[in-house]
Amino acid sequence: MDFRIGDDQRELAQGIRAMLAGRLPLEHLRAREGHEQAIAADDWAALGETGVFALTLPEPSGTGLGLADTAVVFEELGRGLVPGPLVGTFLAASAGIVDGAAEGLVQIGVHTASRPGPVLVEHLGVLDALLVLDGDGPGQLLRPAPVGGAHRVEHPLDPLTPLWRLDALPFGGSVADDRGGLWHRGALLTAALQVGHAAAALELAVDYAKERQQFGKPIGSFQAIKHMCADMLVRSEVARAAVHAAACLSDDPDVVVAEAEAAGCTPGQMLERSVVGAKLLADEAAVANARASIQVHGGMGFTWEVPLHLHLKRARVLSTNFHSPADASAALAAYA
Amino acid sequence: MDLRYTAAEQNFRSDLRSWLAATLPGVGAPPPHDDWPARRAYDLHWQRLLFDAGYAGVDWPSEGGGRGASPVEQLIFKEECERAGAPYVGVNFVGLLHAGPTIIAEGTPAQKERYLPAILRGEEVWCQGFSEPDAGSDLASLRTRAVRDGEDYVVTGSKIWTSHAEVADYCELLVRTGDAGNRGISWLIMPMDTPGIEIRPLRTIEGTTEFAELFLNEVRVPVANRVGEENDGWRVTMVTLSFERGTAFVGELLECIRLLGEVRGIADRLGLLGDEGLVRRIGHLVAVFDALWALTKRNVSEAAQTGIPGIGGSVFKLSFSEHAQALGDLAVEVLDRAALCADPLDAPDGGALGNAEQLHNWFKSISLTIAAGTSQVQRNIVAERILGLPRAR
Repeated sequence: MDFRIGDDQRELAQGIRAMLAGRLPLEHLRAREGHEQAIAADDWAALGETGVFALTLPEPSGTGLGLADTAVVFEELGRGLVPGPLVGTFLAASAGIVDGAAEGLVQIGVHTASRPGPVLVEHLGVLDALLVLDGDGPGQLLRPAPVGGAHRVEHPLDPLTPLWRLDALPFGGSVADDRGGLWHRGALLTAALQVGHAAAALELAVDYAKERQQFGKPIGSFQAIKHMCADMLVRSEVARAAVHAAACLSDDPDVVVAEAEAAGCTPGQMLERSVVGAKLLADEAAVANARASIQVHGGMGFTWEVPLHLHLKRARVLSTNFHSPADASAALAAYA
Repeated sequence: MDLRYTAAEQNFRSDLRSWLAATLPGVGAPPPHDDWPARRAYDLHWQRLLFDAGYAGVDWPSEGGGRGASPVEQLIFKEECERAGAPYVGVNFVGLLHAGPTIIAEGTPAQKERYLPAILRGEEVWCQGFSEPDAGSDLASLRTRAVRDGEDYVVTGSKIWTSHAEVADYCELLVRTGDAGNRGISWLIMPMDTPGIEIRPLRTIEGTTEFAELFLNEVRVPVANRVGEENDGWRVTMVTLSFERGTAFVGELLECIRLLGEVRGIADRLGLLGDEGLVRRIGHLVAVFDALWALTKRNVSEAAQTGIPGIGGSVFKLSFSEHAQALGDLAVEVLDRAALCADPLDAPDGGALGNAEQLHNWFKSISLTIAAGTSQVQRNIVAERILGLPRAR
């Protein structure tokens, strides 16, 4: 057993980080705040060219990597605040259900909310297809995306996650791939994005606390600030370990069997338990760290200029995808 | 990133599991908490069984007489022992985890020969004389004085939080031999039958005896009992404190996972699982304890490669101690008035309710954010050493 983040995975993360810094820096992404299409088609294609959506596809079309590697990449996408339907497009590509998804030539959304009432769908107006994984029924692919009768929300929470509202989703053709597998991978990678948001909020807080001077010294020398930052690290490290463990289980059926035996549940339950737990802790870490980082930044943290509100808002959007924290914790109680 | 155990690790696990299954039925139930002579006998007997089976000092290097197991095997050892319900390390804690490893690293050949085998064979018990009434988190300010007189140090002062003092044969003792600060400290082996040692047990908030105060009045400790150079005791101590390689609290974590299942069972029997808020708190703790188990594996993997658990140790302790408290609070809420009673009660549907064990764990959890570095000190460590925030206090 060697559960460290491997050198190849660190290199992968650095590669993605460098690509984002060069091709999709924050100021470039922020230029589209409030735009109908959160990320330009050529930027999306650049992500496709980098291989972000094809990581688990076999070579030569993909890179033949596992979900652990993919989680490392998605953490970087979260850290970099990359907008757009990242998880849906990855799922469509990895399951081979929409041509062009792997290359970033199409944008595929994923919708998992199942509460009654008006339906809100991220990015809907610019999607090529929408994967619907709500409720317990089979997964459906709606193609073209059901834009008829949909109204764009004027004031979405996240300026980089445009929203459309419609009364109900139509029924479409079933997806061949198992809904459970899609749901599982989607929840896991959403959790990985959240770890990226949690980590970014921590980094911004620590950088600011080292620089910002009050009472003649950096505010990071005050224990009140130190302890907030330490708690942020605890949240992101614990959530990251959970996400990576769930990813390793997903990548290796033998490990699932061994862990399930130790935990006294079935392999299927073990996978579910690990992913749902990871999503819960990652959601919490992302939202709580963004909040704490805003507090460390004081008044500046409450401004539009400082990007912390973007991390907070994206974290809130992602918290509602797949299991919400409330649903996740309720589902996990059965494993106690 | 790989959670797959190697064939050798799996063999280690299955051999250990077989041995535990064959051995534990003959071990018997642990004695009452406050019966220290019986606890000493029970824990030393268990240590002897481990020794005879080749599992004594599983984490000690082979040159110290230990098994020299890898950190991953140490993790498996603790996991299997906890899952099988094996006795805890108990009175052997200081010998096996602090004094022994220190003597292995810093002791003379004669000291190693004299003290190490007796720890491994379960013949001698050690206690720890580090903290003082005025030197807690700021351990380096300790004031117990050792003055050289011929071939002896004459030691005067007081120590506190000394577990197992009543039944210990030796004490690993930090004394001031030089100037103030961490460069004037020495590390001594003090036989507990030396004249001038007064032991005064402290009662915990649970009402039990767990640790004691030591009052030292001109206690003569041979200079030959010093480990390391004079005034180098702080460094010697740091060697000890970093010994556990990512596996600290493994038993406690697995115990919390078991207790959480029991809390859910109690809530079920009391008809409380319709309470959504309660159910969510249970589910949340499932996620946290699972994640901390994953973090343990990460820390152990780090230790296996680098020899130290990396940044994970403090991170683990901060999260674990606070969530163990959340579990304790949840348990006493579920038990409601049954948690007012430390005597075992029956559930309405018959059978033991489990209130006594949950109440004990609630008390124990309260100590976790204080012992082995308070959460406040841990946060300073994380902020300064990991995040690089400035050290001005």
